Amino acid sequence: MEPLDQIKARIEAAVPGASVEIVLNAGADGQRSLLMDNPHALAVARFLRDDPSLRLDYASNVTGVDWLDAVIQEKRKVKQVIEGVEREIEETTEQRRPGYLEAVYHLYSMELKHGPLILRLRTGNRTDNPRVPSLTPVWRGAEFQEREAYDLFGITFEGHPDLRRILMWDEFKHFPMRKDYVEPNDYEYEPTPHDEVLEKTKRHYPA
Amino acid sequence: MIATPESSQYELRPKRLADGSVQGDLLEVSMGPQHPSTHGVFRMDVVLDGERVVKLKPVFGYLHRNHEKIGENTTYLGSMPYTDRLDYFCSLTNNWAYALAVEKLAGLQPPERAEYIRVIAAELTRLQNHISLVGFLLQDMGAMGTPLMYAFREREKILDLFESLTGARMMCNYMRFGGCRCDLPPGWLEQARQVADEFPRFLDEFEALLSENEILLSRTQGVGVLSRELAVNASITGPMLRASGVNYDIRKVDKYGIYDRFSFRVPLGEHGDVYDRYMVRILEMRESLKILQAALREIPEGLILDPKAKLRGFRPKPGEVYGRIEAPKGELGFYLISDGSPKPYRYRVRPPSFINLTILEDLCLGHHVADVVIILGSVDIVMGEVDR
Repeated sequence: MEPLDQIKARIEAAVPGASVEIVLNAGADGQRSLLMDNPHALAVARFLRDDPSLRLDYASNVTGVDWLDAVIQEKRKVKQVIEGVEREIEETTEQRRPGYLEAVYHLYSMELKHGPLILRLRTGNRTDNPRVPSLTPVWRGAEFQEREAYDLFGITFEGHPDLRRILMWDEFKHFPMRKDYVEPNDYEYEPTPHDEVLEKTKRHYPA
Repeated sequence: MIATPESSQYELRPKRLADGSVQGDLLEVSMGPQHPSTHGVFRMDVVLDGERVVKLKPVFGYLHRNHEKIGENTTYLGSMPYTDRLDYFCSLTNNWAYALAVEKLAGLQPPERAEYIRVIAAELTRLQNHISLVGFLLQDMGAMGTPLMYAFREREKILDLFESLTGARMMCNYMRFGGCRCDLPPGWLEQARQVADEFPRFLDEFEALLSENEILLSRTQGVGVLSRELAVNASITGPMLRASGVNYDIRKVDKYGIYDRFSFRVPLGEHGDVYDRYMVRILEMRESLKILQAALREIPEGLILDPKAKLRGFRPKPGEVYGRIEAPKGELGFYLISDGSPKPYRYRVRPPSFINLTILEDLCLGHHVADVVIILGSVDIVMGEVDR
């Protein structure tokens, strides 16, 4: 497959207005990924699938990742003049990064037998705007996996044909794969009229 | 099977025929979760028009225990025995997929002998998975007992090999990051060679009884046809994809491990129906035997674990990785994100049989209820992996 920078340039040429960013990977594997902007994601996905030299027709793995609010420390060397002598000083800057949810797609080509190309989509935040566009219209294989990411992470895939819970039961309220999910002490707990009845009884028999 | 028109979420309408007569109501049936043909606790909400399927929605999650969350709360090595429980027929390939992902993340290289042991273990796993699948498929078709028992007799010989190698028949927990847990016991290779030599004779007998059987042909040919385009677009993998005629085998494409040293062919189907899925699995077993024979012949002496590999206090550098192998049911992948701590930040399993269920409705529409059972059988699901 052609290098990632070239793919990025070709996407930006083919889909006007799309901004694509390369996300680095520090692991031994070093496989970098492409971060797409949400409004153009569907058009970019169509381009990646239909482009004759890419033909990424197979969305192998679709999943979510939860990134909490974090403080990123960055160290840089700054030249400063102290007492008339120029010295290099290490300066630490702290940056607050608001949390977000991420949908990750691993794409391969069955026709040309290459890959993977990793796509990432990010939601605005983790609370009131957990939305990304669904890529199920492009790759049907994402259907159940996006439902799973919705079920476990609470990422809302806009444009998904059938976005329901898939593994947890329908009445379940939370998203168990989020990092701040707290497990209940008792999974079997169901509210009963017990307390209400006791209250009523108390009122009925004044002390 | 209860029809409940009041509580139905589907539109219930009598069907009008061309001459204006009414054919009857649609019937909503819940097949499962305790149905002998569903291979575990799996349910299908089926809407029937007489005997024909109009709508089908798979419902699962009864076995869900959030494997991924548990994986994020334990160490890298701590998840290894738990991967056995994903697809409990094929614990050795599950181990391999996970070990491969972590090795890619940490930059480990298993020694030669370990790679050969892995190939032998994986191909034995493929043999016993496919043979029991064929047994179950025929059981679903109504061939009660005999084919399944024949298949299980052969599977038991392979499980005996696993037991003497790893100590467990099914929950093997055998691979480690950068190699394998223990070396082959004395005499194991001879035993394995004997199994590999006898297996083709069994397959011949099995095929002579089944492959041209009138009932099998009429029940499977033209049933549950999956087109090539849909198979690719819906991320179908494994024998099911190849039965639809797409030449995609990760052993050939990625050449992970040492698969580039073995010569084997990738059997392909033409029609993508249940019969092709059955036949592809039978042919794949024959190819597996070729790999197995070669690996058993060429296996060298040497180390079984990368000396650089750390079993305790293992902390890979920050980064992410996706490792995948060709498991008997399809592409099994592990997606890991490390933040430098002893536990993975994100631990994701890409389960083949879960994704292969995506197109179950498309395969079943228009077929009889009895065909739904064999179509599901030919998809080859294991609920431990679907629900995780």
